[in-house]
Amino acid sequence: MMTRKELDLWVGIFVVIGMGALLFLSLKVANLASFSGADSYQIRAKFDNIGGLKVRAPVKVAGVVVGRVSEIHFDNETFEAVVTLSLDSRYQFPKDSSAKILTSGLLGEQYIGLSAGGDVANLKSGDTLKITQSAVVLENLIGQFLYSKAAEGGDKGNETKK
Amino acid sequence: MGRIAELLRALGTRVINHWVWRLGFATRFLLLTLKHSGPSFRRFYLTVREIYFAGVLSLIIILVSGLFVGMVLGLQGYDTLARYGSSEALGVLVSLSLVRELGPVVAALLFASRAGSAITAEIGLMKATEQLDAMEMMAVDPIARVIAPRFWGGVLSMPLLAALFSAMGVFGGYLVGVRLIGVDEGSFWSQMQAAVDFREDIVNGVIKSFVFGVAITWIAVFEGYDAPPTAEGVSRATTRTVVISSLAVLALDFVLTAMMFRGL
Amino acid sequence: MARIERAARVAVRKSSGLKFALSSFPDKVTIPNLVEVEGVTFGYDRRRPILRDIDMVVPRGRVVAIMGLSGCGKTTLLRLIGGALRPDRGEVRVEGRSVKGLSAEGLYAMRRKMGMLFQFGALFTDLSAFDNVAFQVREHTALRGALLRDLVLMKLDAVGLRGAAHLMPSQLSGGMARRVALARTIALDPMLIMYDEPFAGLDPLSLGVVGKLIRSLNDALGATSIVVTHDVQEALAIVDTVYYMSLGKVEFHGTPEQVRASGHPSLHQFAHGEPDGPVPFHYPAPDYAQDLLGGA
Repeated sequence: MMTRKELDLWVGIFVVIGMGALLFLSLKVANLASFSGADSYQIRAKFDNIGGLKVRAPVKVAGVVVGRVSEIHFDNETFEAVVTLSLDSRYQFPKDSSAKILTSGLLGEQYIGLSAGGDVANLKSGDTLKITQSAVVLENLIGQFLYSKAAEGGDKGNETKK
Repeated sequence: MGRIAELLRALGTRVINHWVWRLGFATRFLLLTLKHSGPSFRRFYLTVREIYFAGVLSLIIILVSGLFVGMVLGLQGYDTLARYGSSEALGVLVSLSLVRELGPVVAALLFASRAGSAITAEIGLMKATEQLDAMEMMAVDPIARVIAPRFWGGVLSMPLLAALFSAMGVFGGYLVGVRLIGVDEGSFWSQMQAAVDFREDIVNGVIKSFVFGVAITWIAVFEGYDAPPTAEGVSRATTRTVVISSLAVLALDFVLTAMMFRGL
Repeated sequence: MARIERAARVAVRKSSGLKFALSSFPDKVTIPNLVEVEGVTFGYDRRRPILRDIDMVVPRGRVVAIMGLSGCGKTTLLRLIGGALRPDRGEVRVEGRSVKGLSAEGLYAMRRKMGMLFQFGALFTDLSAFDNVAFQVREHTALRGALLRDLVLMKLDAVGLRGAAHLMPSQLSGGMARRVALARTIALDPMLIMYDEPFAGLDPLSLGVVGKLIRSLNDALGATSIVVTHDVQEALAIVDTVYYMSLGKVEFHGTPEQVRASGHPSLHQFAHGEPDGPVPFHYPAPDYAQDLLGGA
């Protein structure tokens, strides 16, 4: 039979490694430490089309993650998508920066790419980005490609007739 | 026609008399356990002892199973992902499937068969050998002294065991994916960290395992307390604990997944 | 905890100021009764009563045996006295207070003054002999350390097992386990000790030891004992009064001498262990010859 002390020791070890596992999952697997949400500021961007963008998608500048998409909703006045970005306060950007919706890889997740502008004043919480570029929708891209090919073909036909 | 009606009536009577009645009794028993949980926390060593039997003694099976499940996920996942040229996403696949589903569910199934059956057998034997009656006659409430500490011991152990299972699984996936196959270590971790969300995935996983812990230990203590006081009765109750709690875990997992990740 | 203690104090105060109701049996008027059972009828299901209209008194300081064949309701009667079951009709009084009317706290307060030895001891299998005896003391008193140790060793010494204090129940023989259970029963010096088949499954030596202990502990503690048993010779040697039950009824009560001399047919068969008599050897069956021929 175990003494009370041994029992306590084993249960203590168990609780410590259990908590350690939870910590490992939170920090190493989920990367909780990098964005705690406490030190961030919100800016907004309006897009004609956000494609497959989702809440919690990363916001990147020069490939570095600087924030995440915190909210997406539809503006029924302007018929645009309003995306709220939560940016880490460590990073500041000029007021005339622009946002693009990009895709990582050919079929990967969509994310927002910020490009810094040249203004002296920086973005503040609650500001709205003026310059945006919508997501590239594959169907539109293919449509455009076919249209231009067809136009090219038509020109060639005319040339041979001459 | 008459025979079918007869059959339906017999079935209905059985369902009502047996299952519904038992469910009501089990619910009353759970409320009684919660009501008499005071001593489990005021005299915490009672619960510590049960955490030892439910948690510490399940450590080996949980750690080893977690490691192997993670390694298998690593192998299978790599095979599939490599076909689409996205083998760096291995970390995402391994961690998400573990943290969201396999960790809580498989750990709960193992917990039901390792600790749940032991709890039922112990309580059933205490009842069969009149130890619970003896306690009652000594003016000590068996629900407060025997049942509630076991209940809380199981409930507190389960989330820790599930977290250990997931962590070991991720480590197993890392061993196979990065060390053995040679997936890039940097992208293994960074893609994982980009895809796994703390609130959405980790916290939900912990909530799941907590719910499973409540369900399993509730079933285990109830089956033990309700077992007929014979050798046959106790062994049947032990089997029932494993079967019912495994089914309950899988059914609850579906319900919880639907609520958490689909927003139903 | 504090609430239970208060209830217990109130219970003690009430009972000390109370004159005990005298028994309806004229031969016992001189000694106050600790336990009175009056017209109790009980059945686990309504149609088949286990006990029918039982009257019984247990005077203070006496050892009373309840005897009868297996399944005649003896153990059920003990449970009724302990308050684990409630009678369908009639009343059980302990120290003049009806067990039926007690709240859960009142019941626990009463049980702290009772001890019960279960059929096979019912020792807690996960505690050592010492901790088994100490269990109740730890639960109900603030005694700790050296004082607790002394008390527990004293109780174990009373049953001759001070040397076995560190053993686990699985390491004890049947007779030793029964004695440890007895030490646990008397740990808090109960006023009423109930024994459920204390002799079941013991070798002759242990049988004698347990029998002697029941008598000597009762007298040493100034307690009152109820022994439920079907071991006739052992019981008759140690008890003051015998109640003989059959099929849920009290058939006979008197002193051991009266039992030995009794002409009551079923009691005579029981007391002398005759295989056939009012209780037939054969379970009811159709005619033997017919049964054998009919099968062909």
